[in-house]
Amino acid sequence: MEEKIMMVHGSGGSATGELIDEIFDREFSNATLDQMEDSAVVPGARQIAMTTDSFVVTPAEFRGGDIGRLCVCGTVNDLLMRGAVPKYLTCGFILEEGLDVALLKRVVHSMAKTAEEAGVHIVAGDTKVVNGNGELYINTAGVGFVSEGVDIAAGNARTGDAIIVSGNVGDHHAAILSERMNIDTDIESDNAPLVDIVSNLLNSGIHVHTLRDVTRGGLATVLKELSGQSKKTFVIEENKVPVTSKVADFAGLLGLDPLYMGNEGKLVAIVDSHDADKALDIIRDSKYGKNAAIIGEVKEDSEGKLIETTELGGERELDILQGEGLPRIC
Amino acid sequence: MTLEEVKNGLKDYDGPEMNIMEVCGSHTGAIAKNGIPGMLSEKIHLLSGPGCPVCVTPSSYVDKLLELAKDPKNCIVTFGDLIRVPGSAKANLSSARGEGARVEMVYSPMDTLDLAEKDPETDFIFAAVGFETTTPVYALLVDEIVRNDIKNIKLLTAIRTMPEVIRFLMGSGAPIDGFIAPGHVSVVTGTHIYEPIARDFSIPFGVAGFKGPELLAAIYGIVEEYGHGVVKNFYPSAVKADGNPAARALIDKYFEKYDAAWRGMGIVKGSGKILREEYRYLDAGSLGLDADHKANPACCCDKVLMGKMRPYECPLYGKVCTPMNPQGACMVSTEGSCFSYLSNHRKDK
Repeated sequence: MEEKIMMVHGSGGSATGELIDEIFDREFSNATLDQMEDSAVVPGARQIAMTTDSFVVTPAEFRGGDIGRLCVCGTVNDLLMRGAVPKYLTCGFILEEGLDVALLKRVVHSMAKTAEEAGVHIVAGDTKVVNGNGELYINTAGVGFVSEGVDIAAGNARTGDAIIVSGNVGDHHAAILSERMNIDTDIESDNAPLVDIVSNLLNSGIHVHTLRDVTRGGLATVLKELSGQSKKTFVIEENKVPVTSKVADFAGLLGLDPLYMGNEGKLVAIVDSHDADKALDIIRDSKYGKNAAIIGEVKEDSEGKLIETTELGGERELDILQGEGLPRIC
Repeated sequence: MTLEEVKNGLKDYDGPEMNIMEVCGSHTGAIAKNGIPGMLSEKIHLLSGPGCPVCVTPSSYVDKLLELAKDPKNCIVTFGDLIRVPGSAKANLSSARGEGARVEMVYSPMDTLDLAEKDPETDFIFAAVGFETTTPVYALLVDEIVRNDIKNIKLLTAIRTMPEVIRFLMGSGAPIDGFIAPGHVSVVTGTHIYEPIARDFSIPFGVAGFKGPELLAAIYGIVEEYGHGVVKNFYPSAVKADGNPAARALIDKYFEKYDAAWRGMGIVKGSGKILREEYRYLDAGSLGLDADHKANPACCCDKVLMGKMRPYECPLYGKVCTPMNPQGACMVSTEGSCFSYLSNHRKDK
C-alpha cells in the first residue's frame, strides 16, 4: 500500500478495498464485521443506551494516547454514564488527502486495543477521503445494554449526596497543550475507558444517583450543569480536588484553572452519603480510579449553584466555562 | 503575625471605609479564585483598575490591526486574548479571519521569528500590547530582528506603563484609598517607582504576589497604612526595590516614552512606550492611534477601568454583554474585570 492516503482511497473501488482489508479489517476483525454486510445485525436487550461523538483532536498522537484510543473511550464512557454496559461501536473515518498511512495504522491499532480493553465490538464502519492537509477525523457511535431497574441520570442528585471525582483533573488538557506549545513536560493524557469503575460501582449495590464523565469544560462546568439539572446547590472544597503538582504548576504558568481543564478518563459520581466511603474505596480499587476523592456535597434546593470553598477560607461561586477554552482537544 | 490573625483583622475591620484598587489582571483573577471579597469587612471594597492590557487599548488600535489584516501580504501575529476584542465597528480579528485575513495566535512573541523564517514572502505584524511585564520580551524580539536584519517582521505597539496611569487616576478624583501594586510589573520596575505617588497622594501601596495568603497580607498591610504614603513589599521573593535594571536597559535601548491613549481616559502623559526613532522603521503605524469609539455606546468599560463603577452596575452586564457576545474589551479577556466578575458571580460592593 502507498505511504500516503490519496483521493483514490475514497473511490469505492479497488483502492478503497485495499484500505479496508489492509488496515481496518486486519485490526477490527470479528464475526459481525467480517460478514461485510451493509449493516450489522446483533443481539439486543430490552433497554439500550445509544450515543455518538466526533473526534478532531490535534495532534492525532499525544503523550499518553491518540485519537484512536480517545474515540473509543469517549463513546464507551458516554454509554457508561447511564449505567449501560457498552457492547457495540460503529466508526466513520474522514481522512484528508496526504494522511500518513503509518499514522492511520497506528491509530486503528490503538482503537482495536482500546475496544478490546473496554469489551466492545466494532461492528460497522465507513471511510471517506477529502481534500486537506493530511489530518483525520473519526466519528464513533455506540450501543450499550441497560439492566432493568438501573436509573442513573443527571437530575437524580439528592440533598446530602456525596460528590466523588475518580482521579486527578486537568491531565489531558495539559498534555495536549504541551504538545501544541512544544513545552517539554511528562504529563500524560488520562484517556481511558471507565468500564471497571462503573461496573464495580453498579455491582456493589451502592445507590449511584448520577454519573457524568468530565471532559471538555472541565470539572467545574460538569458540576455546574449537574447542579442545574438536579436543581440543587453543590458545594466543593478546593483542597479536596485532586490535581497533580505538575498539572497545577503547568496551569499556574499559563493562567489556567485545573477546574476548567479537559479530561478524557475521569468521571463524577454522585452517591448517597451513607455509601460515600464504600463508593470511594470501590473506585480507588478499580482500574484508572486510584486517585479518586470525595470533593463535596449536594446541598439545598436552588436553581443550580456551584460553590467552592477555597483553601484560603473564602468562597467563590463557579459557573460553566466562559469563553472559548482550548479548541480541538478531543 | 499569623494568617489567621490577618484574616480576622480583615474580617473585623471597623475603621474608615476603604477602596483598594488592584491594577493587574492576574490579581483580579486570583482575588476571585481565592474567594477574597467575602473574607473582608464590609468596610473594605476591592476595585479592579486598568490592569488588563487589551482592556485599556483604545479601539483605534484594533481598527489599525484590522486595516493591516486586510492586506493579503500581511499576517497579524497576536496573543489569544486580542483576537475577539472589538474595534470601533464591532469587527474583530476573529471575524477578519473568517473573511480570509491571516491571523496567527502565538504564546510567545519569539514564535514570530519562526513564522517569518518559514514564510519570507509574508510580512508578519506582531501586535505588541501590554505593560512593563511583557515589554522586555518585545525588546528581545526587536533585538533579534535588528541583529539578524530580518525584513519581514514589524510591530504594532500599544505598550503602556503603570506608574503614570496610577498617578492619572489619583489626579482625576478616582475614589481610591490604596493600591495593590502589580506583582509582575514590579519585578521589572521595582518598588521605588510607586513612592512619589504614594507620598503625593498620601495613599499606601502593597506590592503583592498571586497566592491567597500573599494577597491577604498585602490588603492587610494597605489597610493598616490608611492615609499614609508608603510602599510595602509583600512579594519580596520576586520583587526587589530596584526591580530588574537589565530588563529596563534593554527596553530603553529600543523604546522611548510617549504620551499614550488609554480607553476611557484619553491621553495620559508619558504613559506608553514606542520604538525609538532609529528603530521606527520596524513600527507598523502605532503613533496617533488615540481615538476610542465604543462598539456599543452604552458600554461602561471606561468607568469600570477607572474604579468609578462596578462591572455589574453597567446596564449591559450579563444581558447584552457576555463573554460570548462582548460589547467591550473588559468582557473579552479572561483578565478583564467584567469577565472575572461575571464568571465568578461577584457582586461585592
